[in-house]
Amino acid sequence: MPIFIDRRLNPKDKSLGNRQRFLRRAREELKRSIRDQIRTGRIADVDSEHIVSMPARGTDEPRFNDARDSGRRQHVLPGNRHFAPGDRIPRPGQGGGAGSSPGTTISEDDFRFVLSREEVLDLFFEDLELPDMVKLNLKEIVAFKPRRAGFAATGSPTNINVGRTMRNSHGRRIALRRPKQEELDAISKELATLEAEPPSAAARQRITALQEELEWLERRRRRIAFVDPVDIRFNRFDHRPVPNANAVMFCLMDVSGSMGEREKDLAKRFFVLLHLFLKRRYDRTEIVFIRHTHEAHEVDEETFFYHTQSGGTVVSTALEEMHRIIEERYPSNEWNIYAAQASDGDNFATDSERCIALLDGQIMRLCQYFAYVEIIDERESHIFGTTDNGTSLWRAYSVVNQKWPNFQMSRIANAADIYPVFRQLFARQPALQKSA
Amino acid sequence: MANQASKSGLLFSGSDWDFKTLSRAYEAIEAIAVEELHLDVYPVQMEIISSEQMLDAYSSVGMPLMYRHWSFGKHFLYQELLYRKAGRGLAYELVINSNPCIVYLMEENTMALQALVTAHAALGHNHFFKNNHLFQQWTDAGAILSYLDFAKGYIAHCEERHGVTAVEAILDAAHALMEQGVFRYHRPPKLSSEKQRDGVRERLEYEERSYNDLWRTLPPSKGENKAGVENLGMAERKKTLNLPEENLLYFLEKNSLILEPWQREIIRIVRIIAQYFYPQRQTQVMNEGCATFVHYTLMNMLFDRGRISEGAMLEILRNHSNVIFQPAFDDPRFSGINPYALGLDMMQDIQRISTEPTAEDRDWFPDIAGNGDWRETLLDAWRNHRDESFIRQYLSPALIRKWRFFVLADTASEPHYEVQSIHNERGYEKIRAALAHSYDIGASRPDIQVVDVDLLGDRHLRLHHNVKDGIMLEDSSRDATLRHVRSLWGYEVSLAAVDAQSGATIHERSTSQIGG
Repeated sequence: MPIFIDRRLNPKDKSLGNRQRFLRRAREELKRSIRDQIRTGRIADVDSEHIVSMPARGTDEPRFNDARDSGRRQHVLPGNRHFAPGDRIPRPGQGGGAGSSPGTTISEDDFRFVLSREEVLDLFFEDLELPDMVKLNLKEIVAFKPRRAGFAATGSPTNINVGRTMRNSHGRRIALRRPKQEELDAISKELATLEAEPPSAAARQRITALQEELEWLERRRRRIAFVDPVDIRFNRFDHRPVPNANAVMFCLMDVSGSMGEREKDLAKRFFVLLHLFLKRRYDRTEIVFIRHTHEAHEVDEETFFYHTQSGGTVVSTALEEMHRIIEERYPSNEWNIYAAQASDGDNFATDSERCIALLDGQIMRLCQYFAYVEIIDERESHIFGTTDNGTSLWRAYSVVNQKWPNFQMSRIANAADIYPVFRQLFARQPALQKSA
Repeated sequence: MANQASKSGLLFSGSDWDFKTLSRAYEAIEAIAVEELHLDVYPVQMEIISSEQMLDAYSSVGMPLMYRHWSFGKHFLYQELLYRKAGRGLAYELVINSNPCIVYLMEENTMALQALVTAHAALGHNHFFKNNHLFQQWTDAGAILSYLDFAKGYIAHCEERHGVTAVEAILDAAHALMEQGVFRYHRPPKLSSEKQRDGVRERLEYEERSYNDLWRTLPPSKGENKAGVENLGMAERKKTLNLPEENLLYFLEKNSLILEPWQREIIRIVRIIAQYFYPQRQTQVMNEGCATFVHYTLMNMLFDRGRISEGAMLEILRNHSNVIFQPAFDDPRFSGINPYALGLDMMQDIQRISTEPTAEDRDWFPDIAGNGDWRETLLDAWRNHRDESFIRQYLSPALIRKWRFFVLADTASEPHYEVQSIHNERGYEKIRAALAHSYDIGASRPDIQVVDVDLLGDRHLRLHHNVKDGIMLEDSSRDATLRHVRSLWGYEVSLAAVDAQSGATIHERSTSQIGG
């Protein structure tokens, strides 16, 4: 008789540790792969599972191997049909004579596998140098809050609802006619008076009857408990997600010729980060893409990032378009409005005044938050790093920045500069929630 | 249902299984195996696992216990991908050469499959593990699980003490040399019992504790040493170090000057695991052939005795024929010779030769043809052979014709292959020799040895690669592996490619040329 062991209930993921080690080792390569995918994918899809290909660097397992393209070998193969000794078969392909020779299997080093949402976000955040608390906040999906939701027949003793329980008990006692204390008291009293009187036949008979009745009542009382397990009711709690309001995120971007690949890539990451934040905070987030040259249009994501348009640069058109859309579709009492604007800072000379007026007079009142990043050349970063001097748009927005606490602006030259723009947003969470 | 089954004599009916049925099936199969095939097996421990656990087991080289390493994670992802895409089904079972013999059964299997798997693994493989001389001499089935348990614990302990990165570096380097980490010709020492191992570890820990840096600062006694160095000739040196040494890991473990005791212990663990698997790599065809032959024969016997229903038998046969499927060389599905198919065919062929031989068989196999006792003949073959010798001894012309084997000569410098031999009178011997040679692990893997090291001089470690038939090493993987050797040795390492016939050095590569 063999020994049987049922291992099916053993903990799963025995090799999870190995998998994590592997990912850590392949980190750099995977990061690059994720970066590419974020560049080409949609903003809203960033925090889903990603398929990445197996990074070759750092994860190969070298050992001494024979070179395929040297020496003399013999292969023994089955299934000869028409060959005779001395026949010559041309070497297939140029690639070192693989083809029909045995032992050629698909390399383990070029397969693709799936990274989970957690792993993707980890890799994504690493570049942006987010503080750990923020990472945790963004990764968390929904917050739950227990809410009263009626009563249940099962639960933990701490949740017993006394009122309900006693009501049930009372009803049951009435229905089953549980003898009341008063009835017992009345009989005992009568017994006492009868026993105190001089004995007579009628009295003795009465006493016996009363004693029997008393006994019967007491037995019945014992049998029908005062509080029975069936009476007990518990407060029931439902774990409901904390209700969140709706949010809309406006992505504004200058798409004139001066915005190149690098600029757009940085801008995209800036938008992604804001979107992640909003997605975590609100049940429903919508994204509106507005691109502008000297005129602004609402476009879809594809067009936003990949189609170029020629023309001058008039920033106020985008702000006007945004204002129009807010008025039309996103009343500010129902929607939390966030805006993120990316630009290289160019603007039509006389337009900056108008931008100030628009922001100051209308938009900032409606917005929860307005973040502006100016994407600069890495070489310029040390020149512009601290000064208030800069492009016309930068100077104009500086005015707004001083007046409105929920306006943030920054110059970014690489990915790590993006987070500081949002620092305030992540730091002051509770205060920013409109509904709170 | 059980009642119904036992009344009709069937071991089981329907596709669902439970432990009672499994147990009944095992007992019936074991009884018939001992009685009819005279198999001799270790006690069996059957473990039911889910498909995910099977994937886990796959990725840690099939062992139930294994230390942690990233490469196992990589294999897991790869296997998982193949499985998810249904590019490859999982094995129905996994069997471990241990005492008791552990057999994993997948929970998804139907009862018919479980019976098949029981016959295949719990009896076929089990018999082979217990009786084949390679396994008997080279592995210690009773000790392997407790050794792996020790290895896992020890490596986890090292990771805590010295950091994951440091341990990983040693493991990476040791894994790269795993194939050069086995004794091929002399028998490895038995695995020490737990007590001895603990003793060794305690001694190492004592050495670490009592290490005193002061000794290092003592001035060297002049004169004495120098004279000694000069006297020590090269031959002397080789003798004291037991050179040449084919087991690179063993050499590094014992002689490297830079390794800490715990690093040596890790190398030893990798080396012992490599050694444990060495017989399995040499007996693929025989091992799978034996198991397949056993399950096929046993299932048919049970069917003949009316203990397996026709429906179940049909399912068993369908799976059996999937396992032994062998496409021809020009078929897109061809990926080498299927060891299950070759092994089964050869063993059935032996059965045929000993019971109903042809004139040709009498000519080729005078000692077994017509001896009538195929059981004993097979038991003897299973006991005494590995793939290479088994094929060299038992591949018959009839089978060569059936498989239509041919030999293709592949000379890298020429633009074409040449057909050397086919299945005809003149070709049989050559095909048999070529096929046997291709299963000779010792011959088909690069032969690399430590030939010289001057421990008192510049400590330059010299390796030789014996080049057979002009087959060189692949450049990039050679350099990467040499880098690993260097990291374990600590000083310069060079690898010379030496032609096995002429003894001429073809090429030399040193770590100073590679950099890093």
